[in-house]
Amino acid sequence: MIFLLQKTLIFTIPLLIVALAGMYAERSGIINIALDGIMIFGAFSGALCALLLRRTPFFVDHNQLTFVIAMAVAAVSGALFSLLLSFSAIKLKADQTIGGTALNMLAPAIALFFIKVFFFKDQLEMVPAANSEGKVVDFGYVIQNKDMNPVLSIFFDKAYISTFIALAIFILLSVLIYKTKTGLRLRACGEHPQAAASVGIEVNRMRYLGTTVSGALAGFGGYVYIATVANGQATGAVAGMGFLALAIMIFGNWKPLGIALGALFFGFLKCLGVIYDQLSVTINGKEIYFLKELNLPMYFYNLIPYVAVLLVLAFTSKRSRAPKAEGIPYDKGMR
Amino acid sequence: MDKGRINESAPYAVEMRHITKVFPGIVANDDITLQLRRGEIHALLGENGAGKSTLMSVLFGLYQPEGGEIYKDGEKVTINDPNDANALGIGMVHQHFKLVDVFTVLDNIILGTEPSTLGFLRKKEARKKVMRLSEEYGLNVDPDALVEDITVGMQQRTEILKMLYRDNEILIFDEPTAVLTPQEITELMGIIRGLAAEGKSILFISHKLNEIMEIADRCTVLRKGKYVGTVNISETSKEELSSMMVGRGVKFAVDKDEAKPADTILSIEHLSVKSRIHKKLAVKDVSLEVRSGEIVCIAGIDGNGQSEFVGALSGLEKCEPGSRIVLNGEDVTKKSIRYKNTHGVSHIPEDRHKHGLILDYTLEQNMVLQRYFEPRFQHGGFIKFDEVRGYAEGLIDKYDVRSGQGPLTPARGMSGGNQQKAIIARELDRDHDLLIAVQPTRGLDVGAIEFVHEQIVASRDSGSAVLLVSLELEEVMNLSDRILVMYEGEIVGEFDPKKTTVQELGLYMAGAKRQNGAEGGEAE
Repeated sequence: MIFLLQKTLIFTIPLLIVALAGMYAERSGIINIALDGIMIFGAFSGALCALLLRRTPFFVDHNQLTFVIAMAVAAVSGALFSLLLSFSAIKLKADQTIGGTALNMLAPAIALFFIKVFFFKDQLEMVPAANSEGKVVDFGYVIQNKDMNPVLSIFFDKAYISTFIALAIFILLSVLIYKTKTGLRLRACGEHPQAAASVGIEVNRMRYLGTTVSGALAGFGGYVYIATVANGQATGAVAGMGFLALAIMIFGNWKPLGIALGALFFGFLKCLGVIYDQLSVTINGKEIYFLKELNLPMYFYNLIPYVAVLLVLAFTSKRSRAPKAEGIPYDKGMR
Repeated sequence: MDKGRINESAPYAVEMRHITKVFPGIVANDDITLQLRRGEIHALLGENGAGKSTLMSVLFGLYQPEGGEIYKDGEKVTINDPNDANALGIGMVHQHFKLVDVFTVLDNIILGTEPSTLGFLRKKEARKKVMRLSEEYGLNVDPDALVEDITVGMQQRTEILKMLYRDNEILIFDEPTAVLTPQEITELMGIIRGLAAEGKSILFISHKLNEIMEIADRCTVLRKGKYVGTVNISETSKEELSSMMVGRGVKFAVDKDEAKPADTILSIEHLSVKSRIHKKLAVKDVSLEVRSGEIVCIAGIDGNGQSEFVGALSGLEKCEPGSRIVLNGEDVTKKSIRYKNTHGVSHIPEDRHKHGLILDYTLEQNMVLQRYFEPRFQHGGFIKFDEVRGYAEGLIDKYDVRSGQGPLTPARGMSGGNQQKAIIARELDRDHDLLIAVQPTRGLDVGAIEFVHEQIVASRDSGSAVLLVSLELEEVMNLSDRILVMYEGEIVGEFDPKKTTVQELGLYMAGAKRQNGAEGGEAE
């Protein structure tokens, strides 16, 4: 049980952060369908950064620092990459869905191209990480404590530093969008940009802000995904996590609390697909791997989160309420 | 009127001198001067497209003028954006409210000038100030309600509070009464007088003469982008204002002969329609007849089933079982919309943007929306563009539809009055036995209203049956030959316009009275 919750948390974190990324862009009025692409790009830059840093002896022995710097680089590169979207959507007033799709096609192409050209491989591998004495160390774990209180161990055994940072960012940004001046203005731009402009708010600036925050979060999320979920491998894909995050954002009705619930739910399903054969209950002293014993193919469990997305969206779309002005280029003259 | 509040010796609160604003192809403001005294209610009158909104947008910093100067309290100022205007104490209630639907009233009021510490909102403080202002000026609002849940009247009060919250001294109201019910209008007038009494200077944009006569101290008239003059309301009359505005005398009463009702054209039996919003019956068992050569008017307060009633007639809404709509003796209840269109129904819809025009099509394309499939306009599925062009030009000429590029003007770019003229041209030019006109003069100015009324009467005189749905009692009294009052989806009374009064109709519209067996029966 504890194991399941631990794993669920690991899957939840990237979804949570990337869904929040989607929320920030859309609340400012820009549809960010490029989350998946930005994740891929962020993951690639993060992994690249980690590998380059390890060429310096100092960083080889300071694993956590490497991890955190790579995370920051992933966020910055995600933000920069998202400028392609915001520039086309805000300055050039291009169709945002098409712009986002272009980024989604561009990102894996760039990532794979550079991986092949410079590393002659199909993926970048951040783990196993070894210290200067050649001993393999866990990459990214802050705490390893097997003898911990079971409840606390959900959070504090084999915990990644990114989990805490992500949770802190999530709470911080949730507060920001509801309790601050900037948040209020950002939300106004996604609902009624003309109203915002009439009280002197610079709509385009707020939209750049929303998309850039979104890009940073998605890049960060992409890195967290490969570092914690995908065995430290950056390839040209993130298993559609970006789109899953979009679905979570819609499920969560563009609100942080809903997004948190959605991320937890889908994180659980996604995790189930990976660890179903390790789940066991102990009855009469005998361990039973109940899901494994069902003898269903692995693909069945892998499929669950995506089928769930379809079902959940079909049933919740009626009450979902997107920001009214999202996807519409801001035009000063329009009323 | 309390003239003491106006300070005539001090410099003007705002003075706009010789303002010229040019848009591609049109001079929207041509050398216009406007002088607003402190504490004055100053009306700005003009037809649609006369340049009122442009002038106010210049004052509010949304447009930069090509020529002219703006003075505030005697000092020259430049206003580059709404922030500048706000800093000078100029605030505006826009015709289309600039409110965020999903925000609370309070959030909307403070948006843009939020009190904050380190970026965090200080809402308590803001709420206190809003409540104080709300009490001081009698602007009743619920600060925690979402804007989408409150009435239009309260939305407007929110807009006014927005200006007061910013300590604005000069308040611009752009067509503030267009969206209000009569009671709300009365209330608004009281509020505006109160604001002026507190020393605020008010610019009141309108094309409704009655309102201007009632509330304003002075009135500046614009016509086709030019300055016509400024008059004291106490020294002028409605007739003078209207002739200044239109450039000719306007008749307020509709000229028409006695109705000569002949054959029954439309007969509605037991019509019931469900509302799309609350799924209950919005129209309940309505039966009525309209004969050729008469104008029957359905009067009522907005939202009493008129829209659903017309929707059922035109085919946009489904009727409940048991309803029957008979047109020229033929049951058309289940016929398609095109069938009705081609068998004698013309329809001037309530919402000209939603149901009247395809805004991104050109004028000529809109003109043939219901006819493009006729052999005259197509051959083997290909549109005969020359024919369409010629036809559209003919209609434009006949009905005086004004637009920038003639038949090629996108409908979106036309003024409201000309959009309506285009719809009327299209609907009246088709052979029709029945004309359904829903609020045909909504948002139009006096010149255009006169035109629309003339056309409707002409249609009647040529033998059509006319079913008019209107919320404007003045129009109901002037135009109709028979009045039916609709209240909560039922016909609660039938009247002869010559024998009834606005007050009597009002009682029935509000549901305070009803005639027994009113449906279909003649009232005595």
